[in-house]
Amino acid sequence: MSGKPNPPACNCDDLIQFTNCRLVRNHQLIEDDLWVRAGKIINPEPIFFDERSKAHRRVDCGGAIIAPGYIDLQINGGYGVDFSFDKDTTEAGIRKVAQGLVKSGVTSFCPTLVTSPNENYHTILPRIPKRVEGGAGVLGVHVEGPFINPQKKGAHPENCIQTLENGIETLCATYGSLDGIKIITLAPEKVKDLSVIRQLVKAGITVALGHSMANLSEGEQAAQHGATLITHLFNAMLPFHHRDPGLVGLLASDAIPAGQTVYFGIIADGVHTHPAALRIAYRTHPQGLILVTDAISALGLEDGIHHIGQLPLEVKRGKAFVAGTDTLCGSIAPMDECVRIFRNATNCSTVYAIEAATLHPALCLRIEAQKGTLDFDSDADFILLDDKLHVLSTYIAGICVHRA
Amino acid sequence: MRLVILDTSKSVGEWAAKYVMKRINDFKPGPERHFVLGLPTGSTPLGMYKQLIEFHKQGKLSFQYVKTFNMDEYVGLPRNHEESYHYYMWNNFFKHIDIEPENVHILDGNASNLVEECNRFERQIKEAGGVELFIGGIGPDGHIAFNEPGSSLVSRTRVKTLAQDTLEANARFFNNDIQKVPKQALTVGVGTVLDAQEVLILITGAQKSFALYKAIEEGVNHMWTVSAFQQHANTLMICDEDATLELRVKTVKYFKGILRDVHELGIPDGYTN
Repeated sequence: MSGKPNPPACNCDDLIQFTNCRLVRNHQLIEDDLWVRAGKIINPEPIFFDERSKAHRRVDCGGAIIAPGYIDLQINGGYGVDFSFDKDTTEAGIRKVAQGLVKSGVTSFCPTLVTSPNENYHTILPRIPKRVEGGAGVLGVHVEGPFINPQKKGAHPENCIQTLENGIETLCATYGSLDGIKIITLAPEKVKDLSVIRQLVKAGITVALGHSMANLSEGEQAAQHGATLITHLFNAMLPFHHRDPGLVGLLASDAIPAGQTVYFGIIADGVHTHPAALRIAYRTHPQGLILVTDAISALGLEDGIHHIGQLPLEVKRGKAFVAGTDTLCGSIAPMDECVRIFRNATNCSTVYAIEAATLHPALCLRIEAQKGTLDFDSDADFILLDDKLHVLSTYIAGICVHRA
Repeated sequence: MRLVILDTSKSVGEWAAKYVMKRINDFKPGPERHFVLGLPTGSTPLGMYKQLIEFHKQGKLSFQYVKTFNMDEYVGLPRNHEESYHYYMWNNFFKHIDIEPENVHILDGNASNLVEECNRFERQIKEAGGVELFIGGIGPDGHIAFNEPGSSLVSRTRVKTLAQDTLEANARFFNNDIQKVPKQALTVGVGTVLDAQEVLILITGAQKSFALYKAIEEGVNHMWTVSAFQQHANTLMICDEDATLELRVKTVKYFKGILRDVHELGIPDGYTN
């Protein structure tokens, strides 16, 4: 019995049965087979009783865990590509990152653009491909800015920061079009009229709060208008204070509309969020926790000096520094590593750690019928993991795109 | 009739599975010679199915040339409902073994013409050459399949309205809401089962002990339909100690005595009806 499944057949309509595995299903690990056909996870029972047919091929998974593919809602680039900077090679850049990400078990992602001049949005956004052969799928773009608070700008260029003066009109002028945008990170205090949030939500866009000086009350008002996500919790926001807990306080707010969940991205790279802070977030509001990499262009690069964008950076010991210094310049931990770090830091269950990178982001984007679970009729985007949560192989639409 | 009395319900499942495996393997089924098996659902046979799956995984038993006919199915219950017998058979047995889907037969309780569905089922059994081994369990009221008390002992596969007792007993599987329990079922008849070459009946637990008493110590009676198997040439009943609680000491001693080797050594052959 080998841990390595056979190569996929070329005929996508074949019925494939993955056996000798444990599935992440219904919030637990269950011993069952996974049946896949035509890019979807399927219920084998009607196949048996109605179609009267059996699997064309069985894949022995050697006891591996099968989990839904990871979903990364915030990633700025990788493999030397910076989505915001490399605006002339957008298609090639997305392709390169999408094909690289599958190694870390990511099967879909939101390429993230930091605050940029309007013309960059106009250039880049229409050119982001949705589908990449052999690579992770693009769920839509996460535009982090430019309607953020300059006092919490982080690495965003201050001269491009704007105020959201005039609702959808300003948004369209800034981004060119809302097509292809899946998440907008904004600072609620920089929005003149919060009712624009409801309009965005209606258009299928998730509104995230971040890079903000907002107090809790401002955060709650934004949530009441439909904002459902907090961007990289703890980073680029007011630190938690017991008399005004700020955006962090949304995790325990009693002013969130019934039935609405506050989701929050959190960077579990072992550097950007202290393990104790991970535990606080996890224990306070487990159902809202979403692991994001927030990775920069140096993700996936070898140790050494790299010239990316304007500033040379150095990768050593799995961290990225401004070259020649000890100044960290962004996260480069791949998603599978974040899941492992998070599980170790919080001592949560294996299933929960996986769901924080699969089910939770899918629920947040309201795409859980297609992504983020192994439920019947979902897209067959899944990964095989060993018990230490190392990725053994990655499948997209039922096709193996990576094998360790 | 033979009665094998084992210590626990677990050993009933294991013993039955061993017996079924031996019968299938001795039959030497092949492409032109299928072994035809009648199958029950419910909690009693679960242990047997688990053990059969285990034998299959160990490579000791293949279902490639086995045809199956299930005893019954609810009328009007969606097939993906957890209480449907399609769901039961798929999840507890078929998905774990190498049986060919076209060799599996379960009555369709959602068929547009239920009478025709029942007649078709009888035809299919006949075309398969009859059932070689029919396995069944019994209800506390002595019913076999859904042949409720008062069923004709020569009945064939048909639509059956369920007794109030059965509805009440089954309500626990439907959120204790008796309104949700299907009122009708399709079931093989007592006569259908009697036609099998051999019948294997599993009985476990004290709550079945009165039914076992009625089945073997009293006369043939349509109010205890399983008693009809007193007139079958080749019936084997397997029960646990709990199920013998209502039997006379004489009866228990008689069956334990003549089947001493079976009981003590677990040898499933060497005895007759």
